[in-house]
Parts: sequence; structure tokens; C-alpha cells
Amino acid sequence: METKRLIIVAVGGQGNLLASSVLGEAALLAGVPIRMSEIHGMAQRGGVVESALVFGEAHSTIISDGEADVLVGFEPAETLRALNKCNAHTVVITNLAPLMPFTVNIGQGVYPDLDHLQKLIRKKTAKLIAFNAAALAQEAGNVLAVNMVLLGALIQTGVLPLTVDHVKEAMQRKTKKDFLDSNLKAFELGFAAAGQAV
Amino acid sequence: MHKLLTDNPGQKVLLLGNEAIARGAIEAGVAFASTYPGTPSSEISLNFFQIARESDLYFEYSTNEKVALEVAAAAANSGVRTMCVMKHVGLNVAADALMTLAYVGVKGGLVVLTADDPLMFSSQNEQDNRFYAKLSGLPMVEPSSVEEAKNLVPYAFDLSEKLQEPVLFRTTTRINHSTGTVTLGPIRERITRGDFKNDPLNLVPVPAVARKLHVRLLKNYDTARGLAEKSEYNFTTGKGPWGIICNGVSYNYVADAIQDLQIEDQVRVLRIGFSHPLPAALIKDFLQGSEKVLMVEEGEPYMEEAVKALAQEEGLTLPIKGKGEGLFSRLYEYNPAQVRQTIARYFGLAYTPATLPDLTDVPQVPQRPPTLCAGCSHRATFYEVRRAAEGMETIFPTDIGCYTLGLLPPLSAADFLICMGSSVGTSGGFSKVTNKKVIAFIGDSTFFHSGIPGLINGVFNNHEFTLVILDNGTTAMTGHQPHPGVDMQQLNLDGYGQVSIEAIVRAIGVPHITVVKPYKVQKSIAAIKEALQFKGVSVIISQETCTLYAKGLKLPQRKAFHVSAKCKDHRECIDTLACPAFYTWEDRVKIDPNLCTGCAVCAQICPENAILPVKSKKSVPA
Ligand code: SF4
Repeated sequence: METKRLIIVAVGGQGNLLASSVLGEAALLAGVPIRMSEIHGMAQRGGVVESALVFGEAHSTIISDGEADVLVGFEPAETLRALNKCNAHTVVITNLAPLMPFTVNIGQGVYPDLDHLQKLIRKKTAKLIAFNAAALAQEAGNVLAVNMVLLGALIQTGVLPLTVDHVKEAMQRKTKKDFLDSNLKAFELGFAAAGQAV
Repeated sequence: MHKLLTDNPGQKVLLLGNEAIARGAIEAGVAFASTYPGTPSSEISLNFFQIARESDLYFEYSTNEKVALEVAAAAANSGVRTMCVMKHVGLNVAADALMTLAYVGVKGGLVVLTADDPLMFSSQNEQDNRFYAKLSGLPMVEPSSVEEAKNLVPYAFDLSEKLQEPVLFRTTTRINHSTGTVTLGPIRERITRGDFKNDPLNLVPVPAVARKLHVRLLKNYDTARGLAEKSEYNFTTGKGPWGIICNGVSYNYVADAIQDLQIEDQVRVLRIGFSHPLPAALIKDFLQGSEKVLMVEEGEPYMEEAVKALAQEEGLTLPIKGKGEGLFSRLYEYNPAQVRQTIARYFGLAYTPATLPDLTDVPQVPQRPPTLCAGCSHRATFYEVRRAAEGMETIFPTDIGCYTLGLLPPLSAADFLICMGSSVGTSGGFSKVTNKKVIAFIGDSTFFHSGIPGLINGVFNNHEFTLVILDNGTTAMTGHQPHPGVDMQQLNLDGYGQVSIEAIVRAIGVPHITVVKPYKVQKSIAAIKEALQFKGVSVIISQETCTLYAKGLKLPQRKAFHVSAKCKDHRECIDTLACPAFYTWEDRVKIDPNLCTGCAVCAQICPENAILPVKSKKSVPA
């Protein structure tokens, strides 16, 4: 089995760790070897959370610069910041709804222009799928389901050796019962959005 | 039932490294566990804490790592299987106990887990704790993966009982915080009651006894080396004239690199998982069969130096390299590409690394540093202390906890830090040799951990400083673990005592003590001003529950605030408090009602009184 390397970047509180745990469970169900690692030093205090997921026979649990097959960014500026993990063959998926870093609010630093950001990522990678995942989460009836929307988009790309059924089954096992319907809806909306992306 | 108690051998589950280690301990029949929380080890003890609530496992959060190890030493000397968990720098605190416990030994298995943090994701240094094994003479084991971590714990317990001494279990962050598939094993029965046999001539190391015990330690060392030679955790793979010796997570990067470079037939790998004492004969044998050897180990050249010495003993002159120009660094953690590239370079293989994207035209992405939570009481206290100290030249020795984040502007309330408790001790030194006003910050848990001796010292030696104890009722930074000052009833836990910080400070004889509520801004500033004027040691106890913890406890919430039309855009609030609930929109200051906790600190400092409670949001007034 070919090794596939996925990086997920998010801001603390966006549900990155739950997304990884769903993917991990889906891999277990699919019989795909999975190893992952996360750096969540001070996630609760607004920092960046980065997860690396390695599918296939590799031993390593981390991913070097330039070696991600897929990058999923839950926040556009964080997607841009993680561009060093990509190469010309990487597929990138990003939410386009910004979460302003506090530094910008107090006047240290300028938030990147979203059009320019997409142009840059497009130029340097194989494919960019970019849409407002927060809006779709809201449409699904759960503003916190940005993670599930992006999971839907990720599975749509077909880069990972996981099927829709595996992921849905994993969502049943790993997400709270009360949110399952809205999470599944969010997943579908993300899947469809990625299908429409050019 | 707790998921780590699942009694279903053979089942495959995905576990975080720290969960796998806790599970390994459960499978080994661990009956007693102690810790002082510290990232990256914290989830191990969190799982023990949870398991202890529904089983007969005894677990405690001890005051500090030294106490944790002493408690554990007694349990293990009474024949009970015991685990003691800490982060790497915690072992510095426990080192005094460890060094002589190595002489005294144990009866029941004792595994001391030390979690190292290469690259310092959440630590103040990246010391390599393999040297503690060398220093103490105790055996050390190190897993390379999550799966192996689980299996290695029962092995370490057996080893400890065989040798009748503690075994050090070293991890690095990438073991603790990686997730992998683990196959559950059978759970050994927990034996929770032991017996202590009085045997002072072996257990009280007065010089005459200690001299005898050191002989035994060295004998154990030889026995341990024999076991390391045959250990399944020290193994060789592959074939060919080249050699790589590695340990821990580096082994994974080596294994992947060999596959990627397709050199399976050219290189043999010696993976060391039982790393002290090093298996000398095995290593010599490996060197004999190699033309050229590369050492791949994060951190210090611990194995490299030993391997070179072994080669010298054998009169071998083959090249052995690891750390150095163009090869590996003693800094930070390794990664797969770096290891692949270094292997290719060292063995002269053609290799083109992945082309990194050209990022020269990418604009600087604004930083997103971790910051004190919205409504964190530390922010209020820092602001008040700065206001009270206006016009004074100050030094702010700080300590280890969320409040270390007060380092960043605009709070800028941290000038010096070395270790847990150092705020207090260093204050005394600064006050003796400088003319600046010394104001130290320490959290409640850190005060219990190691702040008290420094305070006693300050009173006795007549130092002159103000110590601000930031008492937020929990060990916030590492995930809200309890400490001796916590009211355990709040967690619905019976059978605990509670120690009052104020009573301790009074008993020490601190001449000037003030308790403030940091959400009351003017009152606090006035009280702090007075304390700063005091000649001698003064203590301010700033009491307010950690807001994140309060949320978790579902304590009544305060009303959120908003910026009303009265705002004249001074930006006093955002510029001096920098609370993350603020944002600017169309050039006006706003408050995110979902983040605001209603602490009202900004409302009290706004010169226009423009910040008012939100009317509509339903909430219980505090
Ligand atoms: S966790 Fe508690 S102490 Fe830490 S920054 Fe948040 S509110 Fe402050």
C-alpha cells in the first residue's frame, strides 16, 4: 500500500483532534495501517494545533517539510502558514472563513488577502479546494461542524485509502450522538462542495 | 467502564502514546501510581486518576516529583507494583530521591517514567534524561512506537522485580503524543496491599550500609547488562556492510529511510530499546560486522560516545559518526527527511530530496501565539501590579504555569525564570544586589510544588520583595489537575484534605500579607500599592478561579460585555489588556460575546465607562 501523508492545521477549539480521531478510526475499520501525531501544546489558549496522519506501512508519525500528500487547513491563514509542508503534487483543502489571530486585532501584523492567498497556494501545489466551511457547517445546523465539512471534502478527493462508508461509520463511533445527524449533513455538504471546486 | 480497563485480549484499538503506557501499566498489574503533572506526560496520570475512581488502583497527584517518588518508593518497598510519572525536568526535582533509591532498591516493581521533550514543545529545556540512567546506575528502557510503549511497560516491571531496583522508562514527546494501533493484552491482577519488612541494615543507608549497597548496585549493573545483551528490545535487522545504531523514534525514521532509499541489502540496523546498561557484547559484535557506522539518536551523543569507547576496546578503527558538521545535531527533534538525507550523505548514496515550495513571495502570516484565555484572572492581576508599580523600576521573576504567558506585551510581566519555584528564590537574590523593586509571580500549584522553601528563606534572610501568588484553584497549564489547595468536594471527591495557602504564608511569618480579588480593579491596585511600599517580604494572594476550569465545572457564568456607543476609541482596553475577546471591526473595538466571560476588568478601566453588560444574553449573575 502506498503511503499517504496528511497534515491538518487548525486553531485550538476547531475540532482538529476529533477529525483526526475519526480518520484514525476509519483507517482501523478499513484495515489501513495508521499512525498519527499531534502538537497541541497550548491549544486551549488560542494556539495552532497541527496533526500529522500517516496512512500505510510507514513507521514515522511525523511529516517533513515538502512531504505532505494532502494539507487540510481549518483556517485560511494557517493553511498558508503550513505551505512549507507541501510540494507541487500536494492537494490542499482550506476553509475560507478567517479566525483573526489576536495579534492582528491589536495591530501586530496584517491578515493575508484571501484572493491572493488562494492564488499563491494554487501556484505552488497540484490542486486547491477552497470554500467557506463555516457557512456549510451552519447550513448543516452545527456551527462547530467545520471539521466534519472538511472531512467530507478530504474524502471526496480520493487521495486517502478510505471510503465514505468507513468514515461515516467512524463518525458514528467517535462523535456525540446528539450531533451525529448534523455532523453527517456537514460531511455531505463538504463532500459536495469539493466535487464542485475547480 | 474506563476504556483502558477493557479486558479483551487480542482486540486492536487506537491509543494515544500516553494511553498506551497507562494501559501497559494496567496490564502489568500496577496497583499504585503517583505523579506531579507535566507535559508531555500528563495524560498518563490523567488516565490513572480516572481509573482510580472506578477501581482499586491507588493514584495520587503528589505535591512535587520528589514527593511522588518517595511515596512510590515506599509502596514499592512494601512489595506493591508502582509507577511514578513525570516530565523530564521533574526528574531533576526527584533526583535526590532517585540516586539513593538506586542503592536501597525495591521489592515490588517500580517503573519511573520520564517524558523528555526534544524541541521543547512545552518545556524550558531539552535535557536528555538518558544520562540519569548513567548517573544513577539504574536500567533504562525506551520505546520506538506507541505499540511498543504499551508492551515495554510490563517488561520494565518484570525487569525491576528481577533486579530489585527501579527501572527508568524514557519517552519523548513523539511517543507520548503519537497515536497508533495497539493490541490489548491480558490484565494481570492488581495486588494493592503489601507488607514492609523492617530491615534497617539494608534499608537505611548510613555510610556503612551505603558502602555495601553500592557494591550491590554495581553487581546489579552487571546483571542488567547481561539482560540487555539478550533483550528482545535490542535487536538487529537487515543485512549488508553498513551499520546504523539508533533508539526511540529515530528508529522509525531510519526504518522508513532504508525503504525509501532501497538499501535493505546494504545496511544493518541495531535498534537499542534497553539503553542502560548498553549491551556491550552485542554492540561490539555489530561493529565487527560493519564497515562504517552511523549513530542516529536525538539529543546528546549518549550512545555515540559509548559505542566509540567500545570500538576502542576492540581495537576497531571503522568510522563511527553521529553528531557533527553535515550530520546530526544535538539540537531539537529529528524528522524523516533529515534522517533520510543524512543516511544518503553518510553512505554516499545518490538522493534528491523533495523540492520544497518557493515561499519567497508568500507574505508574512501573522503570528498566533498562545495567550492567556479571555477573562483569565492572571491578566487582571498583571495589569493591576503594573499600575500599582507605575514609576518604579521593577524586576518580575516569574514561574512555570499559564502565567508565564504574561511575558508578551502588553502585559510584559516576566523578566526571569529558571525552573519550578525559582520566582521566589531568585527574588531574594535580586533584592540583595540591585536597587530595583522585585515583584515575583507564582501560581498556586507551583507554590506548593517548590515555592515554600524560597519564601521561608526570604523571611529568614530578610530579603525584600513582593511575591504575588496567583491562586486560581487548579493546576491550569497542564490540564487542570488538583493540588493540595483545591477543594476536592467541587469534583465530588471525598477523602481529601485541603491546605490553605494563606495559612502557610502566615505560619512562615511573612510580615505583610494581602488577599485581593483581581476582578475588583481599583481595590486591588490600592492593596497592591500598599504591599509594594512594605520593606521586607510582602505577599499578595490574588484569588480567582481559572475561567477555563470554571467553565468545565459548570460554575454559574457571568454576563458578557459589549462596547457601547459611548466608546471614544481610546483603545485603553485593547492596548493594555489585550484580552482575546476583543477584536476590531470597521475600525471600532468590539467584544466577541462568545469569548467574553464577563470578568468586567475592561469595563473598569475604560475611561468613558463605555463597556457595558450585554442585556439580552441569558445568564446567571455571579
Ligand atoms: S487555563 Fe485558566 S489560568 Fe490558564 S490562561 Fe486560561 S483562564 Fe488563565
